[in-house]
Amino acid sequence: MTNLAIEASGLRKSYGDKVVLDGVDLAVPEGTIFSLLGPNGAGKTTTVQILSTLIRADDGRVKVAGHDLARQADDVRGAIGVTGQYSAVDKLLTGEENLLLMADLKHLPKREGKRKAKELLERFDLADAAGKTAATYSGGMQRRLDLAMTLVGDPRLIFLDEPTTGLDPRSRRTMWQIVRDLVAGGVTIFLTTQYLDEADELADHIALLDHGTLIAEGTPDELKRLIPGGHVSLRFTGDDALNGALGALGRGFVDPADENRLTLQVPSDGSVASLRELLARLDAAGIEPADLGVHTPDLDDVFLTLTGQNQETTR
Amino acid sequence: MSALTLAARDSSTMVRRQLKRLVRYPSMTIQLVITPVILLLVFVYVFGGTLGNGLGGAGNGRSAYVNYVVPGILLMAVATAATGTAVMVATDMTEGVIARFRTMRIWRPAVLTGHVVGAVIQQLLGMAVLIGVALAMGFRPDATVVEWLAAAGLLILFVVAVTWLSVALGLKAQTPESASNAPMPLILLPFLGSGFVPTDSMPTVLRWFAEYQPFTPIMETLRGLLLGTPIGNSGPIAVAWCAGIAVASYLWAKHTFDKA
Repeated sequence: MTNLAIEASGLRKSYGDKVVLDGVDLAVPEGTIFSLLGPNGAGKTTTVQILSTLIRADDGRVKVAGHDLARQADDVRGAIGVTGQYSAVDKLLTGEENLLLMADLKHLPKREGKRKAKELLERFDLADAAGKTAATYSGGMQRRLDLAMTLVGDPRLIFLDEPTTGLDPRSRRTMWQIVRDLVAGGVTIFLTTQYLDEADELADHIALLDHGTLIAEGTPDELKRLIPGGHVSLRFTGDDALNGALGALGRGFVDPADENRLTLQVPSDGSVASLRELLARLDAAGIEPADLGVHTPDLDDVFLTLTGQNQETTR
Repeated sequence: MSALTLAARDSSTMVRRQLKRLVRYPSMTIQLVITPVILLLVFVYVFGGTLGNGLGGAGNGRSAYVNYVVPGILLMAVATAATGTAVMVATDMTEGVIARFRTMRIWRPAVLTGHVVGAVIQQLLGMAVLIGVALAMGFRPDATVVEWLAAAGLLILFVVAVTWLSVALGLKAQTPESASNAPMPLILLPFLGSGFVPTDSMPTVLRWFAEYQPFTPIMETLRGLLLGTPIGNSGPIAVAWCAGIAVASYLWAKHTFDKA
């Protein structure tokens, strides 16, 4: 059985009349990337702030890294690393001084701290700028320094709150690679993002947050299958095969995009079971498609459909 | 690691952070050193000739006034610096790095201790310069080594008290701008006490306030230690005020920081 790095049930938080989190349940297995996805104002940052001990939840039971959040906040702090949405570097200190500050606060021995700082500066491509104050760094460099600071002391659970917001595409890819490397080393990542491609690219498990409640969760593929619009496209070598297939399957239509009119689109959720059933029917009819493609809707479709539905029901 | 060593270690880390920041951002320190020196020059060379004649003590004129006014200017310098500290704390709280500190297993007040010790060092530096300038202008204390040490001790206690108060005010302030207004009354207190003229020349209500407000016993004690004027019961009252303000402000600051 896998251990859970984060276990939360019934998480609630309001500011005055404004309900920010309305009963959120989370289960994040160790060594995975969990992504909390949602539009601005959905409650992502509030969730991270609660889980990282910055603010208290109004209600709910939470265990982070095996410690009860309400009673053992300091033990939680000892196990986690947080890179927030806003740059958490000391801009008046140099990159190296920022890392050494973290090493001192993590109570690493002096020599160990120096070694770790040097290693992180090289790993995050900041060695050349190590002696410059962080105020002179570009956005991407500050974000890298920020994450490097989080890694001092080797936390086993890392919160990344919109780590690539405002970064250029190249810096984003660098950040993604860093995150993948971390997970390869056994670290658990709790990631919030408003970018679907980022969640799709990185996450093992995605939870969709909207108006303070989780409206869907699952692997990226499971989420994509949640909404209609997926289909299997079958290409045939001739009209006979195509018509035979239509007869055998009893549904589908000719893809108008194909000039030769030899491609059949069959609505499907894209799951293995439905594919197996579809192929079995074609097999029984003795028809062999030349080509087969599965088209699942991308997360954008899922996101827009689900958040759209949610808005309608709450109004 | 015991709680006490943890507190000491994290505090010293934060003090180092703050000292580095002060070196990188020297304009605040320079302003802090220069402002009281200018005040001293103005009070001695512009007002001093006339004010000195009204002192009614042993001496007269400008030379007597230098001796009289130095303790008042010293306290004024501390009160001015309080504004800087409050702004610095309020600005720091808007930085993301403070949120990072809050998510780490460190002794929480260490962030504040760093500010306080940094500010105290900064101000002691300013006071040393101020006393140097005063000596060049004819300030002639007759204190023994023990009296100098006692005066320095009281000043440090006072600086610590006012600094914790300004840290609390800086934490309470919503923005750095509002933080700069909060310690304003402190700057007025030397005037509404025995800082620049003896209190017995003031109207009754004002004199009553001047004699019972915290700055007056502190200034009277400093004057007594440095120049040999009578101290009376000002000493213990001065120490009590400083200690009281320091402890109350520390608790207030800690509470405010924990709650935020």
